[in-house]
Amino acid sequence: MILELRNVSYRYRKGALALTDVSLSVDDGQSVGLVGESGSGKSTMVKLMLALAKPTSGEVLFEGQPITPSTLRRFRASVQTVFQDPYSSLDPRQNIESIVAEPLRSLGLARGDEAREMVAASLTSVGLPADALDRYPHEFSGGQRQRIAIARATVCHPRLLLADEPVSALDVTTRIQVIDLLAELRESAGLAILMVSHDLSAIAALCDTTVVLNAGRIVESGPTAEILISPREDYTRRLVESVPRLPAL
Amino acid sequence: MSLPAPLTAPLLSVSSLGVQTAAGRALLSDLSFDLAAGQRLGLIGESGSGKSLTSLAVTGLLGAGLSASGSVLLDGVQVVDAPERRLIPLRGRVASIVFQEPLTALDPLMRIGKQIAEPIARHRALRGTALRTAVAEALDEVSLSDARIARSYPYEISGGQRQRAAIAIALASRPQLLIADEPTTALDVTVQAQILQLLDGLVEARGMALLFISHDLAVVSAMTQDVLVMSKGVAVERGPIQQVITHPQHPYTAQLVGSARALDDMLGTR
Amino acid sequence: MTAAVIVKDIVAPARRSRSWTLVVGLILAGAVVLIALVSLVWLPFSPDDTTGTRLEGASATHWLGTDKLGRDLATQLMIGARIALIVGLGSVAVGALIGIVVGLIAAFATSWIDDTISAALDVVIAFPVLLLAMLIVAAQGASLGSVILAIGIAMSAIVARLTRVLTKRVLSEQYVTAARTSGTRWPGIVIRHILPNIWPTLSVNLALQFGVAVLAEASLSYLGLGAPPPNASWGRLLQEAQGTVITAPLGAIAPGLALIALVIGVNFIADGLRDVADPSRKRRR
Repeated sequence: MILELRNVSYRYRKGALALTDVSLSVDDGQSVGLVGESGSGKSTMVKLMLALAKPTSGEVLFEGQPITPSTLRRFRASVQTVFQDPYSSLDPRQNIESIVAEPLRSLGLARGDEAREMVAASLTSVGLPADALDRYPHEFSGGQRQRIAIARATVCHPRLLLADEPVSALDVTTRIQVIDLLAELRESAGLAILMVSHDLSAIAALCDTTVVLNAGRIVESGPTAEILISPREDYTRRLVESVPRLPAL
Repeated sequence: MSLPAPLTAPLLSVSSLGVQTAAGRALLSDLSFDLAAGQRLGLIGESGSGKSLTSLAVTGLLGAGLSASGSVLLDGVQVVDAPERRLIPLRGRVASIVFQEPLTALDPLMRIGKQIAEPIARHRALRGTALRTAVAEALDEVSLSDARIARSYPYEISGGQRQRAAIAIALASRPQLLIADEPTTALDVTVQAQILQLLDGLVEARGMALLFISHDLAVVSAMTQDVLVMSKGVAVERGPIQQVITHPQHPYTAQLVGSARALDDMLGTR
Repeated sequence: MTAAVIVKDIVAPARRSRSWTLVVGLILAGAVVLIALVSLVWLPFSPDDTTGTRLEGASATHWLGTDKLGRDLATQLMIGARIALIVGLGSVAVGALIGIVVGLIAAFATSWIDDTISAALDVVIAFPVLLLAMLIVAAQGASLGSVILAIGIAMSAIVARLTRVLTKRVLSEQYVTAARTSGTRWPGIVIRHILPNIWPTLSVNLALQFGVAVLAEASLSYLGLGAPPPNASWGRLLQEAQGTVITAPLGAIAPGLALIALVIGVNFIADGLRDVADPSRKRRR
């Protein structure tokens, strides 16, 4: 078990509950999709899963144990993230090599030439040319930036990739490319994926299991195919039916 | 794909429309299309395609540093390079726009009711009780009947409610043409479905012309029959949506349809 | 700032963007800097030399004439350039050091502490710079050091407020969250991500503050609160030339023009820096 949330609740300082009794786990090789609209609590869940905040009750477990300052470094090396906005998730004043090497540097995994090699390999694995190393984020398009973010997230060979709305900010044609890339990495690197999204197509493409979040509670979870074709809950059914579809061929 | 020849001049006639930056870079080139009263047209394109610039150019709302060339005849009035005083009577009465992000389209310091009352008072010259009734009716039309909403500020209501309010404001002046520029892109999927249904119903009931702009092929197909595909500032294909989806002519359209189809297929057959 | 950085970040972009304000600014400020540097190794006369005829106009020996004590005005002006630059740079350094630290603390602090710091900053900003400076000078005694300290402290509040706002903006960016999940700790985030991203806007502000500091020093000297002679501040020269403005106008015009040249020069440079700093690195399409 890589990451587990056990009966987690989160209350804002003002008293409102963002999450109520949420339980979720991700194991090696699994791909879990988390579906939720705005206000569902999914951003809070992401913060808790990344150990950027502590739950008000319940536990967040990494490899079965709570995350402590001594296990934090290993946790960070094992659980990496791709964020939603490719225009905000890359530091505009750093070059690509520096950006992608940051996990290696900060976690003490590699430095100097060794780090540079790992960065180059990571960029190649996401389909970017090696000369991207010396360039800056503003020279790349949204889809390319997201690839850079994926390169950064996979450079230290994590066990779990947490993708927070990774394709929502991208055009339709680019969306497919990034989804394909993530699927490929899942295969080749044996990466477990936890993807948060309101886009059901992306979830359907990448996740074997889906968890549906509504108003801070998990309302339904199960194999993605089942959730899409025969949802049990009303909310899930409304969600699935609301997705605009292309006219049938 | 041919439409019956209109008996009167089209409501909107765009001819070789171009938009350039001050430095001379063309953001939009050689765009031409007509829209008759009550007709609907979808504008499909990804970011950088120039689709949003089109809605601004048609209503004379291009920002500083951008200039338009070509011709845009809105209800017979030339919009390109027209002075403000000629454009003002067109805005609201002939054409209205609903934008993508209601939070920025609404005045954050004015209550919703007052924002809807403004265009009604101006265009229909109503005052006092008559005005209040008209505002209540406008809110009813967009299913915002709760009296608290009229008294609320934009930040106090949800995204879907804000967009409904924005639609009410756009329709308050009884325009003949509604331009909807990515009206549901910033909304949740369930809310999106409701807003699209609302727009469809209102446009139908009032016999308005609709220019629907979006990057989402599925959304556009729900709202219009005819579609114009744009890429990098140029129109690449036009036709009934069924045809464009099944037999795309232009390579860009083929790529767009292919990607949309691939994503759509993930959701399984209906 | 090495010469290479100056050329890369200021001169080359100026030439590229053909911004005449930046070029004019560099010429004006550069002239003053040159004069100050030259004054370190050579002066036309000794600063205490009172052998000249009093209130003489411009001549071959005294290029800008003499003051009411017979001292060469050109010499006084050159020394004044030195003073203006030392106080300008010194105050900006003090203001930046204190201001950036306080601003960072406020940006990271809990809302309670942040509110307290912000309120305190507002009070300091509301206080007239000269009044604050007079208090400090009265307490420490008039010297170059106390003048630099006084102006620096007054300036630090504005720098702190700007730093706080810019830092908060950077903290809300996803690349800071990405840095945290990459294992970078807060000190590393401040050094690698926050400071480089707030520096473009902050440096423009500091450049403008330099001009403010120079004028503040001149005002203090004019009021007799600045560094005592032989530190010949332009402000003091103006004060001394007051009585004889009609008969010997050069005594007031020269230091006046020098002040204008330096302040406008630096302001133009700041303007040019502002254009160079962010638009070339447009992040959003």
